[in-house]
Amino acid sequence: MADLGRAALVVSFLLTLYAACAGTYGALRKERGVADSARNALVAAFFSTAVAAVVLALALVNHDFSFAYVSAHTSRDLSTVYALTAFWGGQEGSLLLWLLVLTGYGALAVMLNRRLLRDLIVWVVPIVGAIAAFFSFVLVAVSSPFVTQTPPLDGAGLTPSLQNPYMVAHPPMLYLGYVGLTIPFAFAAAAMISGHTDERWIVATRRWTLAAWMFLGFGQILGAHWAYVEVGWGGYYAWDPVENAALMPWLAATAFLHSVMIQERKGMLRVWNMVLVALAFELAVFGDFLTRSGVINSIHSFAKSSIGAWFLGFVVATAVFSVVLILWRLPLLRARTKLESALSREATFLYNNLLLVALCLTVLWGVLFPVLTDLFLSQPRTMSRPYYDFFLRIFGLPLLLLMGIGPLVAWRRASARALLRTLRWPIAAAIVAGAALVAVGAGSSRPGLIAYTFSAFVLTTIVVELVRGTRATGSLLQLVGRNRRRYGGYVVHAAIVLLALGIAGSSAYQTNVERQLKPGQTTKVDGYRLTYQRFQRTPSATISGRQVTNTAVLGVGGRGHGTLDTSLVESTTLGPSHEVGIQTDWLRAQDLYVILEQQNADGSVLFQVFLKPLVNLIWIAGFVFLGGSLVALWPDAREQRRLVARLALARG
Amino acid sequence: MIWLILGALIAAAAVAVVALPFFRPAPDEAAADEAVAERRLELIEERDRALAALKELEFDHRTGKIDDADYRELVGPLRRTAAAALQALDALGAKE
Repeated sequence: MADLGRAALVVSFLLTLYAACAGTYGALRKERGVADSARNALVAAFFSTAVAAVVLALALVNHDFSFAYVSAHTSRDLSTVYALTAFWGGQEGSLLLWLLVLTGYGALAVMLNRRLLRDLIVWVVPIVGAIAAFFSFVLVAVSSPFVTQTPPLDGAGLTPSLQNPYMVAHPPMLYLGYVGLTIPFAFAAAAMISGHTDERWIVATRRWTLAAWMFLGFGQILGAHWAYVEVGWGGYYAWDPVENAALMPWLAATAFLHSVMIQERKGMLRVWNMVLVALAFELAVFGDFLTRSGVINSIHSFAKSSIGAWFLGFVVATAVFSVVLILWRLPLLRARTKLESALSREATFLYNNLLLVALCLTVLWGVLFPVLTDLFLSQPRTMSRPYYDFFLRIFGLPLLLLMGIGPLVAWRRASARALLRTLRWPIAAAIVAGAALVAVGAGSSRPGLIAYTFSAFVLTTIVVELVRGTRATGSLLQLVGRNRRRYGGYVVHAAIVLLALGIAGSSAYQTNVERQLKPGQTTKVDGYRLTYQRFQRTPSATISGRQVTNTAVLGVGGRGHGTLDTSLVESTTLGPSHEVGIQTDWLRAQDLYVILEQQNADGSVLFQVFLKPLVNLIWIAGFVFLGGSLVALWPDAREQRRLVARLALARG
Repeated sequence: MIWLILGALIAAAAVAVVALPFFRPAPDEAAADEAVAERRLELIEERDRALAALKELEFDHRTGKIDDADYRELVGPLRRTAAAALQALDALGAKE
């Protein structure tokens, strides 16, 4: 069966290579037959890649250890669902998933736009083809999932921390996001090469960008929850380089989604938008390089491999291609209008863009710092949490405030008088919230207090916007239906506020204590009464090694109730891992979070206990974010009709 | 062996799909003047932007984000921009 997988991948490589070469020839010589043939090759590449993916999935489900990949990432005792998650648990399988998503997205994008945007599609095909050709080449020649061997009796197994429901959804979600950013990049590059830099590429790719951004954002929230319940260090985001690798393209895409509105309305920021699309794509590929190359240490990265050099070459090549293209088309991209006032909606979008890009580049510097110090000083130095936290406050808090001010500022020009009048309710809400927080003793953390005050401001802004808009149109449904992008965006803003409340609450106001308890002993932590009841030791053995699950059971009283289990799993082959004990108080959105640190010779156990106020708002924010994104994403038939009419009129 | 045959079949199917456009008659495409079409598209976008901006201005005025004086000052130039784009389109001979 491995032969079929290998053959399918070779076919994918040849098809994508053909799409790149014949597509370029067809577009340059305006040969429609050749261009259509290249397009068909890209679509066919998706199906041949799908065959390869099915072969690997079947091998994983059937525990076919003649595949080296299957034996390296699964074992016989692994359930079917987790055996399938091993598809993206290793280097080769995740590369195959990347190629599958890329060819799938590419085929869908060219088929959906083949009539309306023919002049762009002829260039989109070779660009997507070239990118897919790189990935299929790596899969065929450098890192194949179809290497075979004499089958061992059992496989090495999947790391216990990856055997978690979040790992079923989190990586594919991120891949849908990372790879999705290729489509807007391909359309932007096609617009520049063809010289058709009108708005059509933006209309065609806005939803692709939104979808990629949604998957990337939601995928990160899922990953944060996985880290929270599984990794066992007491947090959900560690500013790990691979976590940052997903955050950076998301920030660049967020900036693009805002600045593109200025181009649509005023024809401005055309160069900037090209830069942002290219930046988001480059950062996605760079993130892939970070994860796969082994140049950084992360629990999320794959083992060090020779693949890194290929990816570095690819990152450099695509970056040079983007820069040359933008410089070449600068005269065509020049704006014909100017910003009319520093107090206008477009100006607030511009400030928001500057802050987002500044935050993105700050994170990038933090990620690159250990690599650069290792390269030039032969001693890697990492940027620690305070660096990131500092810049998150410096750029994040003004961003939060702008999220409240922006929607209330008029387009083109606003007077300070009108702005103050529209802002009076949000300002009043912020003052009341701030005063109330100080009164209840929440003034101990200044960043936390500012975040809460700004959050009250933004939430009131959203309510004011909805009330005024409903009054003006007569119905809330009509209001949202007429401008789904704007009101979907407001729901996303509400999600960001929930996220800010959750992060501020769980970090600025959390309690963290260590307790050493003997069986029967009780301790109190902030209204919770914890009694260490018993200890269970459950050994298990597989062909590949032994595993012991040490579980401590705690009785919970006071604010909580019932019992709570927390475990330390020791595996001879896969190392130690934690199963955290969590009890949620939904009224306070607070978690009691207990980690079993170690068992001592005298029978006592060392527990690390956290109380995390409002942490659950972060997970709720994920679903609100998803809902808002879907509202904004929903297809708009009127927009499509407008585009068709425009084109028909332009062609006479 | 059977897997290799299946692989060869996939390759043959791919070749057929890729070769298909060469056996189809080329569709008739009116060779529109690209420069004129490009200019028209530019003017249509300009017109649509001005009309959308007028709609937005109206909405901002109704929701109190913009006061009467600013509204009166801004509405004139926007109407003129939309009218100029329409006139230029007419001059290019575009038909609605």
